[in-house]
Amino acid sequence: MSEASALRAKFPLLVANPGLHYLDSAATAQLHRSALDAVVAHETGARANVLRGSYRLAEAADRAYEAARQSAARFLNAASADEIVFTGGTTAALNLVAQSFGSLIEPGDRVVISQAEHHSNFVPWQMLRERCGVELALIPVLPDGTLDLACLAQVIDGRTRLVAVTQCSNVTGARTDVAAIAAAARKVGAKVLLDGAQAVQHGPQDVQAMGVDFYAFSGHKCFGPGGIGVLWARAELLAAMPPFHGGGGMIGAVTAEGYTWAEPPRRFEAGTPPIAQAVGLGAALDWMMDLDWVPIHAREGAMCEALIDGLRRIPEVRLLGPEPSSARAPIVSFDIAGLHPHDICQVLDAQGLALRGGHHCAQPLLAALGVEACTRASLALYNDEADVAALLAGIVRAIGVLR
Amino acid sequence: MNGAMSGIDALYQEAIKDYARADHGHGRLDAASAAVRLDNPLCGDRISLQVSLAAGRIVAIAHETKGCLLCRAAASLLGKRGPGLDATGVTATTAALEAILEQRSPPPTDWPELGMFAPAGGHPSRHKCVLLPFRALAQAIQQADAVSPANQGADHREH
Repeated sequence: MSEASALRAKFPLLVANPGLHYLDSAATAQLHRSALDAVVAHETGARANVLRGSYRLAEAADRAYEAARQSAARFLNAASADEIVFTGGTTAALNLVAQSFGSLIEPGDRVVISQAEHHSNFVPWQMLRERCGVELALIPVLPDGTLDLACLAQVIDGRTRLVAVTQCSNVTGARTDVAAIAAAARKVGAKVLLDGAQAVQHGPQDVQAMGVDFYAFSGHKCFGPGGIGVLWARAELLAAMPPFHGGGGMIGAVTAEGYTWAEPPRRFEAGTPPIAQAVGLGAALDWMMDLDWVPIHAREGAMCEALIDGLRRIPEVRLLGPEPSSARAPIVSFDIAGLHPHDICQVLDAQGLALRGGHHCAQPLLAALGVEACTRASLALYNDEADVAALLAGIVRAIGVLR
Repeated sequence: MNGAMSGIDALYQEAIKDYARADHGHGRLDAASAAVRLDNPLCGDRISLQVSLAAGRIVAIAHETKGCLLCRAAASLLGKRGPGLDATGVTATTAALEAILEQRSPPPTDWPELGMFAPAGGHPSRHKCVLLPFRALAQAIQQADAVSPANQGADHREH
């Protein structure tokens, strides 16, 4: 059994659909059996609300939820599990930072994002600008979709309080030079937020080594359940940040006159959290931390390269994104002149190929790349050469059907 | 997978591709009674459509459509067959198209061309692509009726 087949055997949906070429993991990665089993085990064996329950079942729920927080901390190499805030997903985590940390930014001070951001790391900052006069500046992209690092010193100026960028683009896969961003931010005393949504399905991260201050990701992007995400932030930042949502769980005490805040991370987890989803995420992260990522990365890289090579041989295809393929996560977007991505994806679907076409919630990036929409293939550890071959043949066939 | 591919050939039958390629009504009007720009924000189909009305009836349509083949074929069909319709006709035609997509109804005898969209019925995510130009036209007629005193006496108006 090949490594990919052995991995695929652990994904119930892929097992149930042996003819499916799933090439949309950048949108949602498939659910690993360990995560599904953990959710079922939790819901059938330890389902109770967390916090303050003193019966044994509630204590079991507390333990499971906090164990998931420990897993997330290990996955990111956070200094402490208290730096892990569970959210509904990456978007919720980014909005939390924009609302809470954003409220500490003075009008006229600057938040820097990049042209390559997903709308979820674009719009919350535009909303912050509208709300309180923060200046929003963009790191432009080069024609290959990578960030124009030559502009960093100019864009990340002395008034910059936060630089919020993607770790890799959800459209081109372009990897951000995080060290360069962090160095430029450090020079002016700005904090760095990394949107890890597209990075986490390719292995554990080290937020301390990367020198960033905030990190956001989603469970459904890394083989876990939907509806759960993580915001990591350095303890001293969380300690200084006001709550985002009010409600149960986030308070110290409430009287008719007012309330006090709980310590982080609870301060940012108002209401009943997605407990079973967190437990499922913890299981997915535990599984990922047990994998040997060196051969997986080699295989993902080889598949990405084979896909790019094959696409280059189809004359109608215009490839987006950086070269060599090592400059990107295994995400490959392309445009075929005269054909709309939705039509392409429809014909590919009829051949058992699941891909996404459209603007991928990154309209500013697509505008910079000069396309309205594109078709995207994203590869994960369960894909193999057969998926790539089927896609290349499928594209040729789609061109035939649609022309 | 062969069944799925023959379904795809029906979805993208020559009539759809011919209409999309012909792009009937492409362009802009010099004197429009109303102009509407509509898009499907999640998929990026976009149409800018202008109509010119006389006595509540469409005398000219022009549109610029960016989108998938289904959306472009629908816009092109309206560019060809839209002139002559009044608001009631647009509503009836749109309803007939919705019935084709959602209930597999046959096309009305006076609009047999709508039948080319029947295979899209099995693809719910594509209904909005087909319907976008019809929604744009309905809005344009409504807008023209609302602003144009020339249309106040049109017999299709009920209020």
